[in-house]
Amino acid sequence: MTMQAEPAEAQAASGSNRMIWADAIHKSYGRNDVLKGIDLEVAAGEVVCLIGPSGSGKSTFLRCMNHLETVDDGIMWVAGRVVGYEMKGDRLHEQSYAQVCRSRTKIGMVFQHFNLFPHMTVLGNIMEAPTVALRQKKSVVRERAMRLLEQVGLAEKAQHYPRQLSGGQQQRVAIARALCMEPSLMLFDEPTSALDPELVGEVLKVMKDLARTGMTMVVVTHEMNFARDMADRVVFMDGGVIVEEGPAAELITNPRHPRTKEFLASVL
Amino acid sequence: MSTLTTSTFGKSSRSSDGFTIVKAKHPGRWIAAGVLLALVALVLYSVFTNDRFGWPVVAYYFTDFSIARGLLITLELTVISMVIGMALGVILAVMRLSPNPVVRMAAAAYVYFFRGTPVLVQLLFWYNLAALYPTINLGILGLQFDANAVITPMFAAILGLGLNQGAYMSEIVRAGLLSVDSGQVEAAGALGINRFHTLRRIVLPQAMRVIIPPTGNETIGMLKTTSLVSVLAVPEVLYSAQVIYARTFDTIPLLIVASLWYIVVTTVLSIGQYYLERHFARGSQRELPPTPLQKIAYLFRVHDRRLPVSTKTDQENSR
Ligand SMILES: Nc1ncnc2c1ncn2[C@@H]1O[C@H](COP(=O)(O)OP(=O)(O)OP(=O)(O)O)[C@@H](O)[C@H]1O
Ligand SMILES: [Mg+2]
Repeated sequence: MTMQAEPAEAQAASGSNRMIWADAIHKSYGRNDVLKGIDLEVAAGEVVCLIGPSGSGKSTFLRCMNHLETVDDGIMWVAGRVVGYEMKGDRLHEQSYAQVCRSRTKIGMVFQHFNLFPHMTVLGNIMEAPTVALRQKKSVVRERAMRLLEQVGLAEKAQHYPRQLSGGQQQRVAIARALCMEPSLMLFDEPTSALDPELVGEVLKVMKDLARTGMTMVVVTHEMNFARDMADRVVFMDGGVIVEEGPAAELITNPRHPRTKEFLASVL
Repeated sequence: MSTLTTSTFGKSSRSSDGFTIVKAKHPGRWIAAGVLLALVALVLYSVFTNDRFGWPVVAYYFTDFSIARGLLITLELTVISMVIGMALGVILAVMRLSPNPVVRMAAAAYVYFFRGTPVLVQLLFWYNLAALYPTINLGILGLQFDANAVITPMFAAILGLGLNQGAYMSEIVRAGLLSVDSGQVEAAGALGINRFHTLRRIVLPQAMRVIIPPTGNETIGMLKTTSLVSVLAVPEVLYSAQVIYARTFDTIPLLIVASLWYIVVTTVLSIGQYYLERHFARGSQRELPPTPLQKIAYLFRVHDRRLPVSTKTDQENSR
């Protein structure tokens, strides 16, 4: 592992309004090089969509941002701190799992398959992490949870179990669950890919509402309409590298790189 | 078109508020039930007319004080051994899934030894521990005990049954933990929930659905395994019966007394298990399964529920 942090740059990272700074991220599974040096910056309040063909490393890259995957080489900064490591002088000390958990409380994540806790009610799902991981008072958390359920249009489902909800409703609960931690960054990994087409809209609407509140969002998606309408920037990945990035409307309607053209032609 | 269907259907089976469903008749079911009931009747006749069963003696000793006391000890042994077994089982199962290979192997070795030897041998071993370690020395606390005084028959019984059960429970718990979708652990981790809480609040409750049915079997098995400790002269229900028949020579009736009590407790445990399973099924099924009484009612029901009128109209419209 060769990681060197230049103190000057470190200061810049914490000082600016840069929410994410991925610096030459490498990741491989055995001999399979999945990420081959990815550089990306995301400003606070920005909405960035990651697009690209299957197996291009979008999920892996996203999961590096909250340390669900460890980075092999390069440094991932989130909110001015190195993900997964504690910086002391010019040394990076690997964080304990407890420390990793503490950093993750500020990063919300929404999965393709919702991953709601099936043995808890909708309200229980949302209240679990704030009460257990942040040790907040139940009454305070419940109030916030109900407000969020209201926002995603599911207030009357608070006492239902996830299995009793449609996919779209489950995903909206998953978003409310992540938001109840009051994160400063939200990661979405294909949040609508497991949904029937007629349920996609209701989840995208919740995400659009969220984007308008100024939440920093990184969204892996195949929904080009969402990317065009809501994203500040679209990043096209292929083969473990960023091939092209730019303002959403520009990249989607007028891609420059042939591989981007090819990919967009196949999904649009 | 729709008028035609209504008229042809209407005559035979339509009532004013919809169709009445008549379920299929199953003659085979009734014949099989009849044959089996006849066999049961024959066996019961023989059992109750053979004087050597000694039913009056059975009735006399069924509520005998020493039998009741023995039953209490049997229950105590079952509960304590199962609690020790479950606690050990969870600890061992978590150790088996640890990233640390030494921890993993220690747990595997434990299971290897305790599963590899008969529990009766283990019981005798603990009972005779004094031969190996005449004094038990808890160095750190500066305490020293006489092994013969500490390892009473009851203590040896609990130790033997509990430690052995831990090995079996660890396999059951491990299967349960592995049955939980890895996405659950990931979601908990992404929310910043630490390992301990993830295990206790997210993984274990879901693993329970897989853990409880075999644990119910193990508890019932344990109830009966406790009879082995009669060899250590622990006065549980079997030993209490043996003490009586050694005096009165009513061997068969007293064995029946013991058996009946085992059956009674097993029945109670089975019912408990059923409702426990129902409890942990919440969230995994849209509706809870029916209770046994409801199931029997379904089996012999001839008329199923009535279809509401709307269904009928839908049917007609789609023609
Ligand atoms: N845990 C893992 N172990 C080994 N290989 C993995 C693992 N996770 C992902 N990979 C490999 O890494 C590559 C990139 O996977 P990734 O999930 O990041 O792609 P993706 O761009 O998200 O694709 P998709 O659009 O299908 O979700 C794939 O070739 C995949 O096989
Ligand atoms: Mg993916």
